[in-house]
Amino acid sequence: MAVRVVSEWLSSCSGCEISILNLGDVILDLIPAKLQLVHIPALVDSKYFGPNGDGTHLTLPECEVGIISGGVRNEEQKEVALELRKKCKFLIALGTCATNGGIPAQANAWDNADVLNKVFKGSITTPPAETPTQVVPKLLDRVYALDEIPGLKVDIYLPGCPPHPDWIAAAILALLDGKTEFKLPERSVCDTCQVIREKKAAGGANIKRSLTNATFEAEEPIQKMRCLMEQGFLCLGPVTLAGCAGKEGNPRCIDARMPCRGCFGPIKKTSNPLVDMMGALTSVGINPQSVPDRRLILNRFIGAHNKLRPLPQRPGMPGPR
Amino acid sequence: MGKTIQIQPVTRIEGHARVVIQLDDAGEVNDTRVHVMALRGFEKFAEGRPVEEMPRIVNRICGICPWNHHLASVKATDKVFGVELPPTAVKLRRMAQHLAWIPDKLLHFYFLAAPDFVIGPDADPSVRNVIGIVGAAPDLARKVVHLRQKGAMLLEDWLGKVIHPVAAVTGGFSTPLAAAIQQRIIEETKEQLEFAQFTIKFAKENVFPKYLDTVKILGNFDSGFLGTVTADGTWDIYDGKLRLMKRDGSYDDFTYEQYSDYLEEHVEGWSYVKMPYAKKWGEGFSMDLAAPKGIYRANCLARINVCDRMPTPLAQKELEEFRAAFGRPAQFTLLYHWARLIELVANCEMALQLAQDPAILSKDVRAQVTPKAGRGVGCVEAPRGTLIHDYTGDGEGFITNANLIVGSTHNQAPINMSVNAAAKALIHGGVVNQGLLNKVEMAVRAYDP
Repeated sequence: MAVRVVSEWLSSCSGCEISILNLGDVILDLIPAKLQLVHIPALVDSKYFGPNGDGTHLTLPECEVGIISGGVRNEEQKEVALELRKKCKFLIALGTCATNGGIPAQANAWDNADVLNKVFKGSITTPPAETPTQVVPKLLDRVYALDEIPGLKVDIYLPGCPPHPDWIAAAILALLDGKTEFKLPERSVCDTCQVIREKKAAGGANIKRSLTNATFEAEEPIQKMRCLMEQGFLCLGPVTLAGCAGKEGNPRCIDARMPCRGCFGPIKKTSNPLVDMMGALTSVGINPQSVPDRRLILNRFIGAHNKLRPLPQRPGMPGPR
Repeated sequence: MGKTIQIQPVTRIEGHARVVIQLDDAGEVNDTRVHVMALRGFEKFAEGRPVEEMPRIVNRICGICPWNHHLASVKATDKVFGVELPPTAVKLRRMAQHLAWIPDKLLHFYFLAAPDFVIGPDADPSVRNVIGIVGAAPDLARKVVHLRQKGAMLLEDWLGKVIHPVAAVTGGFSTPLAAAIQQRIIEETKEQLEFAQFTIKFAKENVFPKYLDTVKILGNFDSGFLGTVTADGTWDIYDGKLRLMKRDGSYDDFTYEQYSDYLEEHVEGWSYVKMPYAKKWGEGFSMDLAAPKGIYRANCLARINVCDRMPTPLAQKELEEFRAAFGRPAQFTLLYHWARLIELVANCEMALQLAQDPAILSKDVRAQVTPKAGRGVGCVEAPRGTLIHDYTGDGEGFITNANLIVGSTHNQAPINMSVNAAAKALIHGGVVNQGLLNKVEMAVRAYDP
């Protein structure tokens, strides 16, 4: 019998779903004999309140595999996530929003009132208005990763912004194979990065903002380029889980000659990227204090789990830095 | 007692929406609403970020069109810092954008919209989807899956990431184009162009004619239109001026910086998404189908309506045929599907032109950038409508204020009106079934929100 999949998206951007589509042939070969997509809003017409829209309770179909992308930002998303947990045997947290809050969890550095006031009262093109309250779900106090919600146990974590199709395929194939676990290898982006490293910074002691291009020859392969951190740029490779290029290949942003911003989240659940990154910078002779916007940039994708929270504002500052 | 019908999630679209239809005692449609249920607050958490980091943050607004947010944002950051770009940097950004549009158009036409037209609007929902298309036309479906994926992988091999790109940087581009990749872009874009021509021909012969009657009744009303054109009025998605057309076809052209003189955002107490309208027309805002006020639409049909011509020969021929059949501005909502395919052809032709431009290989791709205080409004067209990113930065180059009006937002009021029109045309005497409700959703889907 085919394995039934129910997929939902919460506080997210649909990039994870496009990554599922980028599986291409892999998914075509599985459907429909081995894999049945019974509910995935981007592709399939399955409704919470029944086909005729007259149901009274939000209901999802029974399935073997549940997939959730996005963090939990409001009451309805929480309800959807818990309903899916109830209906599935295995739950996959797909993408860094689901595993660590992702970019939307940058908002955790502010109170909800600040966020809502900006949107509905602080925009030059919006005459000030009250926050909508009819029918729309109430926001939770902050953005939550899935595993922070009581009762929402996650079986498989597939981080990434977006997760690479290789890992989505590997996880699904493992479940089809009867396995109950799947984990990305615990390696850092640097472990998989093929640039030249000399263990010391090429420039001065202060970090360079992304205002100039790295030094490299366009026609030369990445193996001929000096490490971006050693060139003086902030690169979160040392504290970020590898896998953005799939099972093999050089990290994707580095291939574009741009430094890593940490989109796969921490290497281990227990690691402390902020502290580890300070150490990594010091080890190549860069002053960690010179990193601009340190708190938010080092927590760019991992603001859930209380990593980011509102701090008292300093006078004259536009917001958390 | 009346009855409430809830369609949620609205499917085969990108966003999170609930359609609510209120029936009166006689089972006639009393009112409808499209509620957008999610809010993230990018404008708030932009504050305090280094200006040059913005293009790597706001691309997460949309995982289907991250390239467009990336580019609108980077253009705003160029202006905040007052940078003039090397010409090749502009060409590279443009080429990336045109290439990114190709898989996006294939995705919408074949995977999201086609099930309604090929499988049928009343078909069993369990097969009315891309998997049903695979069953009904396996060879064509495989080809689409291949070409869409190939288009995405081309960008990934060129620039690292296809979803949530990083290569457009304040002052230019992160890397010059290597000759080997240039050759691949040329070859693969030729293949995409050939398939784009097949697709529009296929749609004109086999899909659109069958649904001409539906086109005339589903979700229609007269609106204005917003899009981008070059200085001489030609269709453009990367740069130019904004053109706001009235229902009668007359229009105003304005610069990006003037957007707040022309547009304002209306807030309803029942949706997290704001509803932009044409403040400049001085008539206020109303979604009354009989007498709409301030309502304009964005996205492909809007761009096809506001432009005087297409930039490339094959797309221009398609525009002429479309205009001869439906006039200017064309108002039928389902014509979005047709307009989308004209743009598919144009994007393939434009990408090919740029790839064959000898200047594309220049190594001069980034200007000197120095942080300074300033304001910048950056716009591009996303497949789903005009993106407006408006940033202000302080003297050290950190964001102090951000205002964003993005693609599908422009179409929020129109989507509400199309749903209202469709529901009122289709639902009578309390008779409701999944086929009818799907037709109501088709009025949403046309906008590809």
